[in-house]
Amino acid sequence: MASRVLWASRAASYLRISTFNRAFSTVLKDLKYNDTHEWVKVDGDSATVGITDHAQDHLGDVVYVELPEVGSTVAQGANFGAVESVKATSDIISPVSGEIVEVNDELSNSPGLVNASPYENGWIIKVKLNDAAELDSLMDFEKYTKFCEEEDAKH
Amino acid sequence: MHLPITPFRTKKTTNKHQPRSNKYISSPFFTPALSLSLNSHSHSRSPHSHTQTMRGGGLLLSVTRRLSRHFATDSAPLKKTPLYDFHVANGGKMVPFAGWSMPIQYADSIMDSTVNCRANGGLFDVAHMCGLSLYGRDSVPFLETLVIADLAGLKPGTGSLTVFTNENGGAIDDSVVTKVKDDHIYLVVNAGCRDKDLAHIGAHLESFKKKGGDVSWHIHDERALLALQGPLAAPTLQFLTKDDLSTMYFGEFKMLDINGFACYLTRTGYTGEDGFEISVPAENAVDLAKAILEKSEGKVRLTGLGARDSLRLEAGLCLYGNDMEQHITPVEAGLSWAIGKRRKAEGGFLGAQVILKQLEEGPKIRRVGFFSQGPPARSHSEIADASGEKIGEVTSGGFSPCLKKNIAMGYVKSGLHKPGTEAKILVRGKPYDAVVTKMPFVPTKYYKPPK
Repeated sequence: MASRVLWASRAASYLRISTFNRAFSTVLKDLKYNDTHEWVKVDGDSATVGITDHAQDHLGDVVYVELPEVGSTVAQGANFGAVESVKATSDIISPVSGEIVEVNDELSNSPGLVNASPYENGWIIKVKLNDAAELDSLMDFEKYTKFCEEEDAKH
Repeated sequence: MHLPITPFRTKKTTNKHQPRSNKYISSPFFTPALSLSLNSHSHSRSPHSHTQTMRGGGLLLSVTRRLSRHFATDSAPLKKTPLYDFHVANGGKMVPFAGWSMPIQYADSIMDSTVNCRANGGLFDVAHMCGLSLYGRDSVPFLETLVIADLAGLKPGTGSLTVFTNENGGAIDDSVVTKVKDDHIYLVVNAGCRDKDLAHIGAHLESFKKKGGDVSWHIHDERALLALQGPLAAPTLQFLTKDDLSTMYFGEFKMLDINGFACYLTRTGYTGEDGFEISVPAENAVDLAKAILEKSEGKVRLTGLGARDSLRLEAGLCLYGNDMEQHITPVEAGLSWAIGKRRKAEGGFLGAQVILKQLEEGPKIRRVGFFSQGPPARSHSEIADASGEKIGEVTSGGFSPCLKKNIAMGYVKSGLHKPGTEAKILVRGKPYDAVVTKMPFVPTKYYKPPK
């Protein structure tokens, strides 16, 4: 599997084509992304945040998610929790600012949801947005896909 | 989040990688968290570098705190073992370790790899470690001045874990030492301690010889070390040798032909499983690795340093540089059993006065195991008692792939070291429940003779 991705990514970089929906990493169209691999799904003034498929893939098996408190605030660009894998501990950086109205308690029992379903069941927090204009500074799916490829190509 | 190094790309050229500068390399293995993050950040991928300095947080910071002792200072290109190309061809994700480019994992995840080693088997490239031989009539008395083992009392063809001590009784390195014959000792020391150990042994060798001692040494750089561990280790290896492995027990050593190559075989390992360390001529290392993997029909997998660290932690084994250091004695580390009985009576090794005193009075701190809640405890996490007072420090920790819970090793004040003692471990400033537990965490399966 990994060797297939290697080939595909290399081919993509070489040909300079954008191949989203690669064998491993999916990027969803209706989400926005920051450059630290978090996604946000907006619904009115409410937003759901998680980490991307690209991120969970690089982290390896997630064994613990440190969740923030409901009611606390997050700021765009600031960290609000952490994801632990066998390999490493990584801070989660919020793509938006606002008040945390819900956290995914399921992750306490099943941290692996972040790996299995990074965009659905592996969501991390739900936020009441302060400033919808912040979304403009985020990447759309095309930009994020390209961003990931450029990042991987550097290695 | 700042990602750990991308695992997919393997570097074919010697890189301009600059490992973080450091005092000394001391660990044969690293805590996976450290090495990966180090690698990713030292490549300064431009989209992230500004954010790293701006935030000063995330992965870089959490890892920086743990990095200080673990990496090499030199800016020399990374060394490669004879299996380097073989690793790359097999999907190995190469990372710098103790000055070498080593595979941290392959296509399978560290968790899967760890579980597979215990269920089937794992083949590890440990050629970065340093094997050496001592020859001469006085090999045994010479080495006994430097280690705690009762080498004179060892049956030829057997070996043991031992510790090289300094004048304060602290550990310079741990090592598996084998008495091949009365005038030949074979030992393996950690990659990260190679320079330090060889300088230490070399200096003492010189003065010993000046006094008329008959001993010389040879560093086995012409050989490569492989480790084959797990329930399929012996059956697989048996296909490749005529010698009957069923009568070779844990700790025993043989020189024999494996797959037609002249090997040194020791029934030992760093995983808690039954298995072997095989010293093979460097030019035959790849062929031997291929033969082993083929004979196992794919059940024994190439296994990297990430899994190796999980395995040794589950087995309750010390990692030099984390759980043992220059200022920690073998007694404090729970290795009093490795001090020969005669040595306890006679001393005669560096730091003996300190160690013998600790044996009599008991050490002030002791190494213990923990189960903990919350996020996995990592090296340098503080251990506190119920009232919040500091009682110790974690030296190694992680999530156990086999037990599916957090395990950790650390030192606590004597008196608070009994299994069942409750404590708190602080991770990122928050206390989490922990309980002292016996090690090994996963039962060991050493191949011992029937009683």
